[in-house]
Amino acid sequence: MDTLESKMSEKTKVLESESIVVRFSGDSGDGMQLTGMQFTDTAALLGNDLSTFPDFPAEIRAPIGTVSGVSGFQVHLGSKEIFTPGDTYDVLVAMNAAALKVDLPRLKKGGVVIANIAGFDKKNLGLAHYADGVNPLDDKTLVNFEVHKIDVTKHTKECLSGSGLSQKEIERSKNMFVLGLLFWMFDKSLDSTIKFIGEKFAKKPDIANANIKTLKAGWDYGDNTEIFTTRFSVKPAKLPKGVYRNITGNSATAIGLVAAAEKSGLPLFLGSYPITPASDILHELSKYKANGVKTFQAEDEIAGVCAAIGASYTGSLAVTTTSGPGMALKTEAIGLATILEIPLVIVDVQRGGPSTGLPTKTEQADLMMAMYGRHGEGPIPVLAAASPTDCFNMAYEACRIAVEHMTPVILLTDGYIANGSEPWRFPTEDKLKAINVKFMTEANGVEGAVLPYKRDEKLVRPWIKPGTKGLEHRIGGLEKQDETGNVSYDAMNHEKMVHLRAAKIEKIADFIPLAKPECGKEKAKLLVLGWGSTYGAIKTAVLEAIAEGHDVEQIHLHYINPFPKNLGEILKGYEKVIIPEMNCGQLLQLIRAKYLVPAIGLSKVQGLPFTTTELKAKFIELLN
Amino acid sequence: MDTITVEPNNKLTSKDFASNQEVKWCPGCGDYSILKQVQTIFPDLGIPREKFVFISGIGCSSRFTYYMETFGMHSIHGRAAAIASGVKLSNPDLDVWVVSGDGDALSIGGNHFIHAMRRNFNLNYLVFNNQIYGLTKGQYSPTSEKGKVTKSTPFGSIEEPFNPSELALGAKASFVARSMDRDPKHMQSVLKRAHEFKGTSFVEIYTNCPVFNDEAFFAFTDKETKKEEAIFLEHGKPLIFGHNDEKAIIIEGSRPKIVNIVDSNLSPDSYWIHDEKNKTKANIIARFFDTVVDGVHFPRPFGVIYADERGVFDEQTTASITQAAEKKGRTPLNKILSGEKTWTIS
Repeated sequence: MDTLESKMSEKTKVLESESIVVRFSGDSGDGMQLTGMQFTDTAALLGNDLSTFPDFPAEIRAPIGTVSGVSGFQVHLGSKEIFTPGDTYDVLVAMNAAALKVDLPRLKKGGVVIANIAGFDKKNLGLAHYADGVNPLDDKTLVNFEVHKIDVTKHTKECLSGSGLSQKEIERSKNMFVLGLLFWMFDKSLDSTIKFIGEKFAKKPDIANANIKTLKAGWDYGDNTEIFTTRFSVKPAKLPKGVYRNITGNSATAIGLVAAAEKSGLPLFLGSYPITPASDILHELSKYKANGVKTFQAEDEIAGVCAAIGASYTGSLAVTTTSGPGMALKTEAIGLATILEIPLVIVDVQRGGPSTGLPTKTEQADLMMAMYGRHGEGPIPVLAAASPTDCFNMAYEACRIAVEHMTPVILLTDGYIANGSEPWRFPTEDKLKAINVKFMTEANGVEGAVLPYKRDEKLVRPWIKPGTKGLEHRIGGLEKQDETGNVSYDAMNHEKMVHLRAAKIEKIADFIPLAKPECGKEKAKLLVLGWGSTYGAIKTAVLEAIAEGHDVEQIHLHYINPFPKNLGEILKGYEKVIIPEMNCGQLLQLIRAKYLVPAIGLSKVQGLPFTTTELKAKFIELLN
Repeated sequence: MDTITVEPNNKLTSKDFASNQEVKWCPGCGDYSILKQVQTIFPDLGIPREKFVFISGIGCSSRFTYYMETFGMHSIHGRAAAIASGVKLSNPDLDVWVVSGDGDALSIGGNHFIHAMRRNFNLNYLVFNNQIYGLTKGQYSPTSEKGKVTKSTPFGSIEEPFNPSELALGAKASFVARSMDRDPKHMQSVLKRAHEFKGTSFVEIYTNCPVFNDEAFFAFTDKETKKEEAIFLEHGKPLIFGHNDEKAIIIEGSRPKIVNIVDSNLSPDSYWIHDEKNKTKANIIARFFDTVVDGVHFPRPFGVIYADERGVFDEQTTASITQAAEKKGRTPLNKILSGEKTWTIS
């Protein structure tokens, strides 16, 4: 960008780094999520690998200035492969005293603090519960850090005086000043954000101009004031060749479902009820109306899944999306889909529980509910996504398994990967696995009899669409006679049907990938076995431990029911097995029960993901 | 709705709509009559048999699905309307019938009931109202009268019952009707009207439970009392009832009043003429349930109380998809996968 050619001061040193973590922190109304996402988009476009962690309160606007209202967005960018948003950060942007109070503990020693002085007045200090007369910007609190005190609010006001905007509108632009300054610090172009602002405020050119002006003022501030002694440089990452985009887990889930619909030739139907943190899947899918995607915002969670059952019965690729409390409500209907044996994808974006729990925080505590949360014997496939981009793969797989095996499938993601984002080397259409769907068109019994529960070699029953001439038949939640599907209370028939339905699910193991050690070691002193969103933290910790000379390996499960066929055998190659989970040991129980392996649990239920540091420390402890 | 006419010589009969499953309601159950009337009118509806879909919930009424030689799903308690929503959205071309009972539709499924009315899918919604829980062996239902002694209310129920037509109108139903098991002709005509109507056609059918709530509707079905206790509505006709059709209902302001035609010298000009499309009057008629004016209680209305077509949810959904496709065009899958912003690492 030639207009912003940098007049680099001799005093400013450029710190080249393989990876840097930035935390934007402020009040819920300060626009930190948007600021963080813009910073991320630009870093991604310039070739950094990255991982993000939006961390916001459940309240839409908690009282301004309070600790409970702090909204953070953390981004880890690197010139190497990045698997987590980072345990601690190098740069902390604190828009007010509460933000500093909440987020300072995880700033690296020597790290940079950019503090908005206006957010540290008497009122804000009081709201953040600093003692009377104490201001962390003036005492010894920040003695170990490089601190830049800037009156962002004042600079923004100066920049926009005479713009004709109201005080409120001017105040709202202050995040752009910070973003501009950060772009200067990281020597990143403003182009992408300028384009974004132009599009976002296309109908309000005044606001667009004000935001762009403030953004540039932030950059100029860094460039002119010579108060910054450090600038950062993170070179583009050496990622595999290809075309990339940035994507969040929820968007990836939505696109995975759309892709499965397109590849299978089935119309996509979503029955859903808004719930944090799953609603973005509903929002994203609603955009694809022109592709025939039908999204139905139902009257409640139960209606969401029931409408999906109705749509599946009628020949759609049917999906319902929710989070823990909604899963509880859908349970009975999932049981119906199980006994009907119709395709249905249930996405559970897990959050802290039980009950309303921690709506915006992450947890992996719905695994047992997914496995066993139905009355009666009703096993169904359970899949789990490991990262934001893996949400695409697993959503696609959930659809494939549902329609090819005529069963409801539960896909578990969680708040951490649902809202987090990372670069994605997206596939092209031709690289996606085929999804084979066949509807029955002619009677399959003798003398034109319709046998809706006659099974093929995979033990799968036919999918019969209402409207198909000559195939009229009834199905229902009552136990059914083998093959005919007629109501049957016969004791032996019930037992047979229970086993048949279970065997059908077990057989899916023949159609999913085998478990694979991440680093290719079939033997090691320690195996770290994980599932779901812990993938990145485990991967980083394992790679670091290996680099330090430890004998450790990682296996990550994407398929939990059924397990990959080789899992029991492969577990025998490791002296110790540890299972880190954001719950009290749910996969641990499944593994111990099924394979009689004395696996060790590592549990964390704080609504927060594991840090690499705590994982590595535990691994090394077990190795010594 | 597909209206391919079936060739006369291939015309289906009511027997063609009876499945091979043994009907297992108690002897004397009113549901037999409903099954019979439905099977009787179906061949005349001009719809190919494979297009009919019955969706039911749980309860005696909901076994209905198994007895119809059509497509059908006997689902879970209270959720038939929610499942039917998905069926209708996924394939609006199907001729969908929801079959439910007073407990299934108005208690456990109350939420889906009101939202089905509000959204106005093009389907038929039959509620078999016997004012009792039958399949769980005799507890009071949301339509049981106050004071009802049942197994779960040995000292009498203290709950106000729902008046289903009033509830449906309050939930913005576009078609509201009532019929009864013991008047086959009337039921057939109401069912035909419901089917003709485009929108959610709600039909409440009084049905006798001889085991747990025998003769709950005696006053409306008995020859002696029927003429006094029931009023049969016909569009464009006056509201007249009584042994000798001597009583008329008139309206004074917003207040209904029963008058004797002869004694009052009422001129035919002042009769209340039933207008199915008049929502205000439909609301008043629907309340002929617990309406008492000057110490006189009103007869229970049967027939079509309200019928006024408006936008149909499933059709509008399909139309908005077509519109979006025409305006925006399908996004190719590769474009969906790549999104708007990409970068290349070479």
